[in-house]
Amino acid sequence: MTTILSSENLCKYFGGVKAVDQVDFSVDKGEIFGIIGPNGAGKTTLFNLLTGTLDVTKGKIYFKGDEITNFPPQKVTRLGIARTFQNIKLFEEMEVLENVKIGFHTQTKTSMWDAVVKNKRLKSDEEKVHQQGLKLLERVNMLGKKNNLAKNLSYGDKRRLEIARALAVKPEILLVDEPAAGMNPHETAEVVELLEQLNSEGITVVIIEHDMKVIMGMCDQVLVLNNGVKLAQGTAPEVQNNQEVIEAYLGK
Amino acid sequence: MAANIFKKTIVNINKHKRKYLFALVSFLIILPFVVENQYVLHIAVLSLMYMLLASSLNVIVGYTGQYNIGHVAFYAIGAYTAAIVATKFEINFLIVILLSGIVASIFSLGLGLPTLRLRGIFFAFTTLGFAEITRLTILNWRSLTRGPFGIPGIPVPELFGISLSSNIHFYFMIFILLVLMLLMTYRIKNSRVGRAWISIREDEEASASMGVDTFKYKIMNLMYGTFWAGVGGAFFAYFAGYISADSFILDESFRFFAMVLVGGTGTLSGPILGGALLTILPQLFRSFARYQMIIYGLAILFIIHYKPEGLLGGRTFKADINDANEN
Repeated sequence: MTTILSSENLCKYFGGVKAVDQVDFSVDKGEIFGIIGPNGAGKTTLFNLLTGTLDVTKGKIYFKGDEITNFPPQKVTRLGIARTFQNIKLFEEMEVLENVKIGFHTQTKTSMWDAVVKNKRLKSDEEKVHQQGLKLLERVNMLGKKNNLAKNLSYGDKRRLEIARALAVKPEILLVDEPAAGMNPHETAEVVELLEQLNSEGITVVIIEHDMKVIMGMCDQVLVLNNGVKLAQGTAPEVQNNQEVIEAYLGK
Repeated sequence: MAANIFKKTIVNINKHKRKYLFALVSFLIILPFVVENQYVLHIAVLSLMYMLLASSLNVIVGYTGQYNIGHVAFYAIGAYTAAIVATKFEINFLIVILLSGIVASIFSLGLGLPTLRLRGIFFAFTTLGFAEITRLTILNWRSLTRGPFGIPGIPVPELFGISLSSNIHFYFMIFILLVLMLLMTYRIKNSRVGRAWISIREDEEASASMGVDTFKYKIMNLMYGTFWAGVGGAFFAYFAGYISADSFILDESFRFFAMVLVGGTGTLSGPILGGALLTILPQLFRSFARYQMIIYGLAILFIIHYKPEGLLGGRTFKADINDANEN
């Protein structure tokens, strides 16, 4: 197993608050990696550090062996790391298909000039983006809603659209932040199935989730955070039997 | 009742876009040949010019959602570039207009590089300050701008030996510029570049996570929008024949803003309607000329209260003051 994403002594302090403190972890290529922890454990902050949304205070982040600490988000994305957000961040006043099309930004090259003179590059880019966008929507079962405005979608659809949009950047690794939050069991099962399917196609998945059943059922490895500190990393059964983890969740 | 009829009309317009567009363009082409009253024609030229200026502001406010309330600065820079160049050198007016746009655009690059990392209201304040600085510079740099005396005697534009001095000439000049601007903007809006712009407006963080270099695209957007403001300014210089700093006070910025808001932010047609309405309406109440700004103020209030998405249904206007507190 080769490591695809890892951190070394990673810290993020907001003034005196240690949101993430000296966290080491490593994700193996091709696995589903879960991150769990109580509210305020630093899970989303960790995501924000990995994707460049926040600058790290101390420590290092590696992607496929190269250091990517403090790379800006757009550069991280270009390397092949895509994400979804805990509080869904869609382009609300754009159509569903347009939302996905933006995901192809890095794979197309149309410049302002190309657009103005309507040249070959514009046409081939638009054609490509249109076809591939439709394919992605089909994949998450949203083809029928391609012309709806994103803001008018149901909650579950919004979550799925966000995943579709993240897939458009053709990631090697997909970071999903509570993809099943607020979903009913049926919708949750659908998302889990989708993520497992993506994983079987070779995409490494890192997932933050509160639902233990989801995490324990699908993850190869689990990282447990509490108050910004790493409690444990290991397989699901290992973590479940870890004394510290039990204490963090259930109290002493 | 009235609102309902209005709604139906809008739906109708959207359904038959091409037909209405064709009708509108035909109307605008025929108009100057039918109208003999020079005053009316003069207003028509101004309307088209304000449509261009409002559209250029809309590119910035409506597409990337950057609250540029100092747009008048770029209009002024364009006008003064044209006036200075045209009075000093004998250069074809088309080149002067192009040059004026480019100069305005370069100034916006200078403003954007240090300030476009600011969010929401902070960027708005800087543009406001920039507009005042520009006006004061014009007023005080006498060797270049003749300060409070303004620049008179801007030569009449010539094309193929014909001097274009009548209202009808200017009418078609600005009409062609406007059509060109809208066509270019329409194409950009519906391309990878336009999508990137709009995604920044919708959610800058998500946009960056899609691989969009948001800073670069905001700069590009600002430069494109201000280019057209510069072009509008150059046109104004030729049309008026005389310019002075009085034409470029902040009121003008608010006028552009009102036009965009009333018509509908982020739509191609909104600033056209807004530009026409808010140029023609105040003329009808000309006897109250000094209360003109009240009309703009009332128009903004009315729209924000009753139809925040603008008459032609653009994006809902919201001052993203909270943006400033994010992160």
